[in-house]
Amino acid sequence: MSDSAELYQQVILEHNRSPRNYGPLAESTHSAEGDNPLCGDRFTIDLRVGGDGNVAAIGFYGAGCAISKASASLMTETVTGMSAAEVNDLFERFHDLVRGRLDPARHAELGKLQVFSGIWEYPARVKCAILSWHALCSALSGGGAVTTES
Amino acid sequence: MTPAAVDRAPVDLAAVRGDFPMLGRLVRGRPLAYLDNAATTLKPQPVIEAVADHYQAEVANIHRGVHYLSQRATERYEAARERVRDLIGARETAEIIFTSGTTASINLVAQSWGDANLGAGDEIVVTEMEHHSNIVPWQMACRRRGCVLRVLPIRDDGALDLAAVERVLSPRTRLLAVTLASNALGTVNPVADLAAAARRRGAAVLVDAAQAVAHAPVDVQALDCDFLAFSGHKLYGPTGVGVLYGRREVLEDMPPVAGGGDMIRSVAFEGSTYAELPNRLEAGTPNIAGVIGLGAAIDYVRGLGYAWIEERERGLLAAATQAVGAIDGVRVIGAAPDKAPVLSFLVGDIHPHDLGTIADGAGVALRTGHHCAQPVMRRFGVPATARASFAFYNTESEIDALVRAIYRCMEVFA
Repeated sequence: MSDSAELYQQVILEHNRSPRNYGPLAESTHSAEGDNPLCGDRFTIDLRVGGDGNVAAIGFYGAGCAISKASASLMTETVTGMSAAEVNDLFERFHDLVRGRLDPARHAELGKLQVFSGIWEYPARVKCAILSWHALCSALSGGGAVTTES
Repeated sequence: MTPAAVDRAPVDLAAVRGDFPMLGRLVRGRPLAYLDNAATTLKPQPVIEAVADHYQAEVANIHRGVHYLSQRATERYEAARERVRDLIGARETAEIIFTSGTTASINLVAQSWGDANLGAGDEIVVTEMEHHSNIVPWQMACRRRGCVLRVLPIRDDGALDLAAVERVLSPRTRLLAVTLASNALGTVNPVADLAAAARRRGAAVLVDAAQAVAHAPVDVQALDCDFLAFSGHKLYGPTGVGVLYGRREVLEDMPPVAGGGDMIRSVAFEGSTYAELPNRLEAGTPNIAGVIGLGAAIDYVRGLGYAWIEERERGLLAAATQAVGAIDGVRVIGAAPDKAPVLSFLVGDIHPHDLGTIADGAGVALRTGHHCAQPVMRRFGVPATARASFAFYNTESEIDALVRAIYRCMEVFA
C-alpha cells in the first residue's frame, strides 16, 4: 500500500515553503520561461554566466505546485558553478531518475535531487519535476520559452 | 419532461454498483473512489456486453451488405439512433447525426453551418464558462468568416450574469453557443430563456449538453435549440462516439464537410449527389460498436430513471459541498443555485496538483487543472482547481474518503 504523501519528503516541503534563489536575478545574462499549460505551472529562470562559461548565479520565480517549485529551488542550489555541459549531463541523469530508470544509490552525484526518486510512480507529475530544468537548459542554449506537456 | 417515475420499483444502490465492474477494483491498494465523472463515467456491464457482443458475434459493416450480419448490424446501429432521438425528444431520427464526440459535433456545425451562414461582421455569442471545445471552433470560424466572438460573463457565484444578456446579444448575433451545464463550475444555465432571447434576434442556438445529459432529462423541444451536442462516454457509454442533434431545417442547409462512402447517393466523375439525412453528414464507416454501446447506455440510464438519478446526485452534491466546504481553508468555486454534481475547490494555498496526488494515493480519483476552461480559471483568479464530480453510483463513504484525503494533504503541507 503506497501513501502518496511519502512523495512529499521533508526536503521537498521545506524547499516549497522557503525556496532558495527565489526572485529575478540582477544583471542576468540568460533567461528562459518554463510553462506547463496543463497544470498552470510557470517559472522563469534567470542566469548570470561568468567569463569562464560557468553558471555564476541563478534565480527563479513564478508559480506552480510543490513539486515544480521545490525542484526548481533544489536545481538552483545544485547547478551554481557548473558549466553548460555539466548542467546538461546532470539533467540527463535527473531525467532518468524521475522516470525510474536509474538507481539513486549508485549516483551519489545527484545529492539532494534524490528526493525526487519516488516520482516515477506518478507519471503525471514527472513533468512538474523537470519543468525548471527544461527552462534552464533552454536559457543556457540561448533559447526562449519552453513548454512541457509530457 | 421525465417519464413518470411514480410506478417505478425502488432502485437498489448495491445492485447498481454491482453493474459497474470498475467499482470493484483497487487503486494503489485502496478501494477506488471514482470522483471524476465529469471527465468520463464508468461503464455498466450491459454497455460492455453490447460492445463485446458486436465484436464477438455480430461484426459487419452497416448500410451496404445484403448478408445477414450486415443487416443485423445496421438494425442495431439504427435502433441506437432511435434511442437517442427518443432520449432528447427530437422529431425524427434524420435529425440525429453520430459523430466521435461533442468536440466533433460542435466542429461540424462550426465548419458546415458556420461557413454557409456566417459573414463578415456577424457575431457569435458564447459564455465565459464554455469548455474550450465550445470556444475554439468558433474562434476558428470567426477567423475564416470575419465574425466577432462575444462573451456572456459569469457572476461571482458562478452563475451567468443574465443582466448582460440584452447587452451582449445584438441584431448582428447569428449564433448563441451555450453550455447547458459547466464542467468546471457545475452551473446549470437557463438555456431555454437564453435561446428565446437569441431567437428574438433571429439567431440560431447551439447547446453543449456534454455535462448535462447524464444528470437530467434534456429535451430539444423544450430548449427550442437548433443544435445540441453530447458525448457517449459521459453518459456511461463508450468513448469515441457522440451525437449532433440538428433541427431538420438547419441540417438540410448544411453542406457535408467530409465526403466519402456512406454519404453519397451516386458518384460519377462528372459530379456526385449526396444521400439524405442523416447519412449525408456521416461519411465513412462510423463507430458501429460505439453507437451500439451508446444505445445500451441510454437503455441503462432510462432503466434507472432520471428521477432517481437526479435525487441521488442532488444528495451527493449537497453532502460533498457541506463536508468539503466546512473544512477550514477550503474555497469552493461555483455556488450557482442550480448545479450539476460538480464540486470545484481549492485548499488553502496548496496547489491542486499536490492535492490530486495525495488523494490519488488514497484511491480517490479527482480531476485537477484548468478543466479545459481556462477563461473560468482566469475569471476566478486561480491557475487551477481540484474537482470532484459525482455520479449516482458514488456513496457517502467516498465523500468521507475525499474529506480524509483533504485533511491528510493539509497535514502534509502544514
